Amino acid sequence: MSDTFLEMKHISKLYAGVQALDDVSFSLTRGEIHCLVGENGSGKSTLIKVISGVVNPEQGAEIIIEGQRLSIDHFSSKDSIDRGIHVIYQDLSLFPNLTVRENISFNVHVERGKKLVNWRDINAIAKGAIGDIGIDIELEREVGTLSIADQQLVAICKALIGELKLLIMDEPTSSLTKNEVDSLFSVVKKLQKRGITTLFVSHKLNEILEIAERVTVLRDGKCVGVYDPDELDHEKLTYLMTGKKIEYIKPDTSSISREVLLEVRNLSKKGNFKNISFKLYRGEILGITGLLGSGRTELALAIFGINPAEKGQIVIDGKAVSIKSNKDAIHQGIGYVPEDRLELGLVMPQSVSNNIIITVLQDLLNSLSMLDKEKRNSAIQRGIRELAIRVPSVDSAVMTLSGGNQQRVVLAKWISTGPKILILDEPTVGIDVAAKSSIHHIIKQLAAQGIGIIFISDEIQETLYNCHRILVMRKGRIVSESQTSEMTEEKLFQIVNVG
Amino acid sequence: MEISEFARRLLKRNEIYLLFVIIALAIMLSLFNPNFMTLENLFDILRSYSFMGILAVGVLTVLLSGGIDISFTANATVAQYVMAYLLVNNPEMNIFLAVLIPCSIGIALGFINASLIYYLNAPPIIITISTLNVYFGVLQFISGGKWLYNFPVWFRNFSKLTVIKLVNPEGIPYGLSILTIIWIAIVLITFFILKYTTLGRKIYAMGGNNEAAKRSGLNILKLQMFVYCFMGLLAGIASIIQALLAQTVAPNAIMGRELEVIAAVVLGGASLAGGRGSLIGTLLGVSLIAVVSNGLTLMRVSSYWQKVFIGLIIIISVSITALQRKAVARRVAAVDVEE
Repeated sequence: MSDTFLEMKHISKLYAGVQALDDVSFSLTRGEIHCLVGENGSGKSTLIKVISGVVNPEQGAEIIIEGQRLSIDHFSSKDSIDRGIHVIYQDLSLFPNLTVRENISFNVHVERGKKLVNWRDINAIAKGAIGDIGIDIELEREVGTLSIADQQLVAICKALIGELKLLIMDEPTSSLTKNEVDSLFSVVKKLQKRGITTLFVSHKLNEILEIAERVTVLRDGKCVGVYDPDELDHEKLTYLMTGKKIEYIKPDTSSISREVLLEVRNLSKKGNFKNISFKLYRGEILGITGLLGSGRTELALAIFGINPAEKGQIVIDGKAVSIKSNKDAIHQGIGYVPEDRLELGLVMPQSVSNNIIITVLQDLLNSLSMLDKEKRNSAIQRGIRELAIRVPSVDSAVMTLSGGNQQRVVLAKWISTGPKILILDEPTVGIDVAAKSSIHHIIKQLAAQGIGIIFISDEIQETLYNCHRILVMRKGRIVSESQTSEMTEEKLFQIVNVG
Repeated sequence: MEISEFARRLLKRNEIYLLFVIIALAIMLSLFNPNFMTLENLFDILRSYSFMGILAVGVLTVLLSGGIDISFTANATVAQYVMAYLLVNNPEMNIFLAVLIPCSIGIALGFINASLIYYLNAPPIIITISTLNVYFGVLQFISGGKWLYNFPVWFRNFSKLTVIKLVNPEGIPYGLSILTIIWIAIVLITFFILKYTTLGRKIYAMGGNNEAAKRSGLNILKLQMFVYCFMGLLAGIASIIQALLAQTVAPNAIMGRELEVIAAVVLGGASLAGGRGSLIGTLLGVSLIAVVSNGLTLMRVSSYWQKVFIGLIIIISVSITALQRKAVARRVAAVDVEE
């Protein structure tokens, strides 16, 4: 029996003028843990769809599974499942209103074609799957009430029913805490012991280094190469993914003014954060980093008024202020760019123009309290120009823009309010590497204009190379404060992850 | 399962609060009018509300699947009118046909709903509002608004059939009506379908996550067909019950009660978004409305005020559920703060 589970050669896919995949070769050895890396538009989603039979490649392609050559035109998703290939998409495809037990065994309802439900059977199957990978989840619970991490484990158990040979996971660690990621990886290793191959799509370098045995990098539909994780580091991976070299320089702290713009004293809120005290200087970029669940967003929303603190003081420009709602915050000159850009930062079906002016509508009224066309247009043009938003027409719906451009619209929206303080919550999440660095550039320019910026980020690298000072939060408290000049990637990683 | 574990799980279910409310209201109402808490009254309520009860079961099934049907009253009206027309003009018609005709019409109109919803890919609420108007409008036109009465004797007698025959203090016999038995039978059958058949589980799945259902290979068309035709069938059966109860058929008798039925089902915990709800909850929802209406009637409160009461009860119940949810959310802290 050959060691190769899957071999794909000359895989191409053309979609209405766009070459999604261009003569890609890809192979997986049995039982390996393989990582597929690439930016949005690199073709990795299409490649996954080809492997899972959802999409058929162009003629000339070869797909060989376990030594058997397949007919390209007749490989459907059902065929793929029959061969033991299961994909767990980011949305997990679970039924939130059904119990864990029923979700795990659900395919039994469908596959066996029986009319009646044998609950004892369902129970036994679910118990078996959970026991197989040794996890502890109550079978009775509705899946909708579980954490994302637990839901993921349920999705994996579900894939185990029926013979699983290849498990494909799309960005499985996006919403997981470090502990949860460790649990997931230990489960993946258990699967490996049973001869199951795992392929996961990810861009988080430290995770790739920890678990992957081989890494395939795609760029613009082509396979750049297959690498041993030991030969990769952040710079090399970025270069392989984007084809560009991106310079990482620590910001210059010498030019920061000593004017205190914002001071937070002993801010506390039960179940959110405790005794938070720090200063933000004019023109400074203050980074706040930490693990998921450390209270950073809760703190940001307290300063922004949506989640007001119970105790403590907020002092702006030397004056103590009361911020009980986001209206108060905006009035005080604070802007907040949310982590969930699609849901909370933009009105997706609306135009770029409308999204930009939404925060300053009051200022654009004429004497009849209707929107003044001139004022409106100049506000829109200013936003587009200052943030270099690339859009065919200002009336295009914001949902048609790329992630990077969408974020520029959100920034433009807040800049138009003339803020003193800007809180950015994970401003580059879900944005491609190249676009990320241009957003960083904009942020540095904003700081240079004198705006005080609070930069919340999950990524050690991003925090280190964009912020003047760094605060680390853990379990609702600030556990470290340092100048970036004194910090290194390793030290910061230590503080955040280990303590 | 131990008794204590059982009791604890029971208390966690939302339906239990509804039961407490119903019991509390029943006790209060019986203080006002001692006639309320009699077996005779109870059987009477069960008989009158079997019509609404059967419709509620159908609505629950549709809601569970993630859809909604507002046209069921029009559906029932058409089924009922056709049956009544044939019955009044052919008194020798046998019972078998009298049942078959409205049921078939109900299923057929439900079939039209399902087809339009699936093939037009339009929101069920829009489609069923349209069919509500079309079905009723056509009927109004053809019937000319004429009332039907003078049903055959056997039709009248059937409606009076009872099991468990008892006699009240004044010597008048009463008992559990056969109409209630029909309702109970439908509830049991639906319970079996929803809990013990793969069809029922797939309906829940489709209502919980339509995308995942498609990806799992479920036949969405088949499931929707079943759900809307089932509603149609139940609308047909309910229409027979209503004709038996009233012994007259007017084209606009059933119309206008759609929201009342949906309110009862939602009161019982069913989610308008789909995937969530139970038969017990639905029955409790109908019971609550029944108890309140009946109690107020015995207190001689005008039926206009009854509508106000029902509305208030729904608002209060929904508020309690919302407050409960808020309390739970507050208790679940976002961050594990290190004290």
